[in-house]
Amino acid sequence: MKDLIIRRLIESLMVVFLVTIMVFFAMRFLPGDPVLVYVSQNEVNSATPEQIEKIRREFGLDKPTVVQYINWLGDICRGNLGRSVIHRTSVNEEIGRALPKTVYLGSAAFILSIILGIPLGIVAAIRRGKWIDALSTLVANLGVTAPIFWVGIILILVFGYYLRWLPIQGWVPPTEDLGKSLLHILMPVICLTVYPMASVARQTRSAMLEVTRQDYIRTAWAKGLNERQVIMKHAIRNAMIPVITLIGMNIRQIFGGAVLIETVFSIYGMGKLSVDALFSSDYAIVQGVILVVAVVVVLSSLIVDLSYGWIDPRIRYD
Amino acid sequence: MAAGNGMTSEKFEEAPRHISDLRRFIRVFMGRKVVIFGMVVIGLLILAVVFAPWLAPYNPNAPSLKNTLAKPGSAHLLGTDSLGRDTLSRIIYGSRPALVVGLVAVSIAGFIGMTLGLLAGFYSGAINSIIMRSMDALMSVPMILLAVTIAALLGGGLKNVVIALGIASIPPYARLMCGQVLTVKQNDYITASQAGGASNLRIMLKHIFPNCFPPLIVLLTMRIGMAILSEASLSFLGIGIKPPDAAWGSMVSEGYQNLLRAPLLSIAPGVSIMLVVFAFNMVGDGLRDALDPKLRGTL
Repeated sequence: MKDLIIRRLIESLMVVFLVTIMVFFAMRFLPGDPVLVYVSQNEVNSATPEQIEKIRREFGLDKPTVVQYINWLGDICRGNLGRSVIHRTSVNEEIGRALPKTVYLGSAAFILSIILGIPLGIVAAIRRGKWIDALSTLVANLGVTAPIFWVGIILILVFGYYLRWLPIQGWVPPTEDLGKSLLHILMPVICLTVYPMASVARQTRSAMLEVTRQDYIRTAWAKGLNERQVIMKHAIRNAMIPVITLIGMNIRQIFGGAVLIETVFSIYGMGKLSVDALFSSDYAIVQGVILVVAVVVVLSSLIVDLSYGWIDPRIRYD
Repeated sequence: MAAGNGMTSEKFEEAPRHISDLRRFIRVFMGRKVVIFGMVVIGLLILAVVFAPWLAPYNPNAPSLKNTLAKPGSAHLLGTDSLGRDTLSRIIYGSRPALVVGLVAVSIAGFIGMTLGLLAGFYSGAINSIIMRSMDALMSVPMILLAVTIAALLGGGLKNVVIALGIASIPPYARLMCGQVLTVKQNDYITASQAGGASNLRIMLKHIFPNCFPPLIVLLTMRIGMAILSEASLSFLGIGIKPPDAAWGSMVSEGYQNLLRAPLLSIAPGVSIMLVVFAFNMVGDGLRDALDPKLRGTL
């Protein structure tokens, strides 16, 4: 087990290293020179070429690209993601402000998608062909097809404008007023939950149908166990491996959804930060955001991989 | 001996009639109403794409400032937008980028992904490690964030959105293909063709690829819906088809500005996206059931 953890950690580090190469060199193709954008935004139109060159030197942008990459990598290892040329702030600060919001929204959606998706899939599988199967399958199929930004707009229309139950925009930190904060995140969280919940329900249903055909389930029935025991003790645990894999992948999906949902609800999280940075050619922020998101996704898939052995003791890593 | 022969022929008579693969495919695939529904929607989409100029009642980009935000009625079945353009006509024309991006992005991703997967699976060792770790790196970034970034790097527009979505969707094909190749490679007929002196390229293309393809057809179909959804997401964010051309995602976004006065402006293109993605997913599900050898006998 220890060997596996070490091997997977090294692999994960390699993946993150590849991400740093990809993101850094890709960002150099971003149209627009961030220094010129900064100069024009700050109305330093009269900036002389010498002044522009000074700014370029200040940010290390005068050095060859490979040297810039090595410097950036060195900074990352020291926990410094660089400085935004446009806002002149530290990328750590920007991400430090945005990440907690996305993590707050994302973890609520992540938990909801599991506690709603798995039971929905189980019920559909054990009542196969009944109305409840048809209903939950329809919900799951619509859930994976609905564009989440559109779901957000429909929710705003119904619950924000028509019924006036929920605030349509804005952000209240949970530390300030938890009740108000939950009201504010309710609609964005529902949007972020739809797709992962639907995919978990679909996967759970098909895994359960596969498992319930197995001999050991017939044996469990034959020895007189009741439905609850057969499902809870014998079927679910065996059906969970593909579901856990999907749940791991949903973390990436939720971060992706945040790009759209934070735009719809004007929440300044990682998604909105990255879109705004892309539009303003602020590549220090874009590469910082992508790197942090990649690290979170890689770590979560590492945890998922290691959890297989705990879920299914037949899986041995050595 | 004669008695033995008699028994054999009796056994043959009792055995169930052999159902050809094609007949089973048609029976399973066409047996579900929802798959038929999906096929009909895809058929309508193709009609809309091909015959848009004849089907659309108005020029989708022609503004009519006297007729802005008109309610649905006989003149404009779905009303008009803030510039007085007919919503129905824009939805019909919006089917074009959706289908083009869906098909071309999936083809690009499928071609590159399958080639990389084939190479990674066939040549294990360093080539496999480099390719598959690069796929892991691509997969560690959310697809939409990756696509937005690539599209922004390339500068937006239909062509660049297709390329961005094509690159961002490579990993699933490479992974599936690599897994398939690793299984197929174990078969005796591969060893036989190696012993017969066939070149690696010939073995990969003639013997391995055709045997890996069925699950990939299902993935390709399923991913068309996903690509259409992603194209809509990019155009919603303002990266994609340049205005004034119609795209469903940007129509949802434009409608959002007038949500209270004309909610249909956002609702209608959203429903179109959902219907089309649902149709491709259902057809993909149908293909999976019809092609999955594990389901033979149960379906």
